[in-house]
Amino acid sequence: MSAPTRQGGLTSTGTGGVGDSPQRPDANLKVRGEFAYSSDLWHEDMLWGATLRSPHPHARIRGLDTSAALAVPGVYAVLTHEDVPGENIYGLEHPDQPVLAADVVRYQGEPIAIVAADHPETARRAAARVRVDYEVLDPVTDAAAALRADAPVLHPHNPGGNLVRHARIRHGSGPLTADVVVTGEYTVGMQDQAFLGPESGMAVPAEDGGLDLYIATQWLHADRRQIARALGMDEEKVRLHLAGVGGAFGAREDLSMQVHACLLALRTGKPVKIVYGREESFFGHVHRHPAVLRYEHGATRDGDLVYVRASMILDGGAYASTTAAVTGNAATLGAGPYQAPTVEIDCYGVYTNNPPCGAMRGFGAVQACFAYESQMDKLAQALGMSPVDVRVRNAVEQGSVMPTGQVVDSAAPVGELLALVRDRPLPPERGATFDLRELPGGVSNTTHGEGVVRGVGYGVGIKNVAFSEGFDDYSTARVRLEVTGGEPVVSVHTAAAEVGQGLVTLKAQIARTELGVARVVILPSDTAVGSAGSSSASRQSYVTGGAVRAACERVRADVLALAGGAAAGLAGGKVVDGAGVVLADLVEVLGEAVVEHTVEWRHRPTEALDPVTGQGFAHVQYAFAAHRAVVDVDVELGLVRVVELACAQDVGRAMNPDAVVGQIQGGSAQGLGLAVMEEIQVVGGVVRNPSFTDYLIPTVLDMPPMPIDVLERADPHAPYGLRGVGEPPTLSSTPAIVAAIRAATGKALTRVPVRPEHIVGD
Amino acid sequence: MRVNIEINGERHTADDVWPGESLLYVLRERLGLPGSKNACEQGECGSCTVYLDDTPVCACLVAAGQAEGRSVRTVEGLGTEDELDPVQEAFVRTGAVQCGFCTPGLIVAAHELVHRSPDATDAEIREALAGNLCRCTGYEKILDAVRLAAKGVQR
Repeated sequence: MSAPTRQGGLTSTGTGGVGDSPQRPDANLKVRGEFAYSSDLWHEDMLWGATLRSPHPHARIRGLDTSAALAVPGVYAVLTHEDVPGENIYGLEHPDQPVLAADVVRYQGEPIAIVAADHPETARRAAARVRVDYEVLDPVTDAAAALRADAPVLHPHNPGGNLVRHARIRHGSGPLTADVVVTGEYTVGMQDQAFLGPESGMAVPAEDGGLDLYIATQWLHADRRQIARALGMDEEKVRLHLAGVGGAFGAREDLSMQVHACLLALRTGKPVKIVYGREESFFGHVHRHPAVLRYEHGATRDGDLVYVRASMILDGGAYASTTAAVTGNAATLGAGPYQAPTVEIDCYGVYTNNPPCGAMRGFGAVQACFAYESQMDKLAQALGMSPVDVRVRNAVEQGSVMPTGQVVDSAAPVGELLALVRDRPLPPERGATFDLRELPGGVSNTTHGEGVVRGVGYGVGIKNVAFSEGFDDYSTARVRLEVTGGEPVVSVHTAAAEVGQGLVTLKAQIARTELGVARVVILPSDTAVGSAGSSSASRQSYVTGGAVRAACERVRADVLALAGGAAAGLAGGKVVDGAGVVLADLVEVLGEAVVEHTVEWRHRPTEALDPVTGQGFAHVQYAFAAHRAVVDVDVELGLVRVVELACAQDVGRAMNPDAVVGQIQGGSAQGLGLAVMEEIQVVGGVVRNPSFTDYLIPTVLDMPPMPIDVLERADPHAPYGLRGVGEPPTLSSTPAIVAAIRAATGKALTRVPVRPEHIVGD
Repeated sequence: MRVNIEINGERHTADDVWPGESLLYVLRERLGLPGSKNACEQGECGSCTVYLDDTPVCACLVAAGQAEGRSVRTVEGLGTEDELDPVQEAFVRTGAVQCGFCTPGLIVAAHELVHRSPDATDAEIREALAGNLCRCTGYEKILDAVRLAAKGVQR
């Protein structure tokens, strides 16, 4: 190994264009263990970094002494806030977080000092010898209490005190009374993204005084902007390269060890690698906002919604991260995929001393979906209607007006999605002979069927795709066509983060479709090309896909001009006319020419919300999925086994059908985790379960078969008609499973994850 | 200390190993074999699964010294770029790979299962792979991959 990375570009060959499911160009490397993830990097003469973190959720730092750490043999540097050359502050939307804490720590796990040493264990042991004199303060741990006038203000410069954002929606002027009214208060626990590849990367100092950072992230350019500011360095000198990413799900949108590795590399003049362990990872990234949501739905006796009122509090923890945008999502999507003449929603994102929360798959829409779907079931019960009928009756469709006043201007087949999952045959009842593994409790042998009750439940959700509320959302693609080795080869260069979703495959498919060329090289993502925006918000197929297509169109136009005459298209390595008749070989037309274009591509603009009424064209696209869950519940022990989890989703255009199904199944699994198992338990601001022994994510034994229906109702505004895929299935999976458990148990179950004591308790 | 291990059919020696180092650390950081992944350090996720002699183990739970004089087979030893092992091939063909971080461990675990029990039922496959976490796929396509690989072994 000479490293730091082993792979160059990924080559995709063959015929798979848009709508096909070609093999991933990185699959061969990944199955052989040869794909270089950020934790696999290696460099001659490299050092290892480690981080000292606060054990207290809220404390003043009275003094710091690094001398004992520096005295450890093998240690090259010990750095604190005094060693941050630029501004000691960063943040994705709102800079409020120190690179290394200076005078106060606001959450357990906040970084205070960093160490570089010749062995990771030496670095960790030295970090533990940094002496910190704390004055421990009472933590603010209740989000509602944090908004009270007498609460300690955690960020004195924030004009709203502990309020990060209040998103307010006022729509319609109808009465807030109705024949049938249901109310409820719902709670969502703190979920972790739990990607498998821990935070990691390597910073390599360069001769120009700058550096190269090899990193697993979701957005190279946003990282670079924040790193350069903290280093006090021109952005051009901070070159980022995407290393292999072991999953993301929102947890890599914010910085973790990026600046720390850069500081240590610049100080020591050596490459520095930092790799978090699993425990540190729980403190190294933001989580899904825990939420308390109060809802009131009014309806006619026929089941038509009259009004929806909601008040939600999202606990953003110690630093803002993306709390403001999450708050906006929860509010604007808070009434769900339903038409209600009058809507009043207030959503508050709040600072506390709990772990910082930010992006996780579903981004504010998940919390709201659990609440409004629980309400729709309650309403169905009050009306004596079926849960599907009450949803279909009120479902939005194309042309409906959202609570923001925005008209849904492309397909919204909510009723059709619900009908698809409802009309699927139910899984068979358990037979007379069965395997223990079919029962709740499995091989723990807790029941042979006695006390086991089956339940069925439904959920449907609405998610915005791409960045909203007026954000200048764009991606950049550089596409080059030339003859190499006697055949036409396209290379595609973007800064977009492949995090597992399959964007590398999709970029090649688009290039192949647009340019009719078999061989496509996907160049490594880095900051040598313009920003691609984040691999989040289900947006990369839309935005980077759109950029790649636009760049290909420019390249194609140039090639057709070169060919001249009746040339109208490229197909199968040939130049063809409007009827598809071959005019010339692409290799001959190109000759020595290199045709290259770089395009910055934007989706149609969105608008900021009116701060008083919450009205505005805030979202560029909506996406919908519906689930039906079938569960078996041991009502005596409170154990749940999900028997089947069916999903139907509209994807506009299935760009890569296999990858689409993979996204839907993976998203549904994370929703199952939130429904019945996953929660970071925080007591007094302290995390009690930062490990995979104590924070449980679904195993293959927990996951049921997941039959999938994919609808393709093209969105005329989007490239190829596609609709973002990744997040919608994470929304509706959770409420469908909880509804099924309610059907089996008769319990109200207003909190997720549902625990055994909720089922067997009063 | 010095540790001698036969890995993927070749003798390897690692010097200056600190007694607290795991087999996983020695493979990844001292012997240039980072295919086995580190994701939990507690034997919960299975990402570091390797054969120790003929038994699949979590390499993070084996002290490097325990592997002295023994034989280890890692994901890097199963197939080559041009000739994948049938289990690797099945993972590629079924779309069982997304981020791929769980893949090396799952492939070793699945390799052991399909050779020990090529006619395993779905329930048996689930039981055998319950120690390998995947966060991307929901496991459906991984099950497809194992079923496909098992068919290949049966033939």
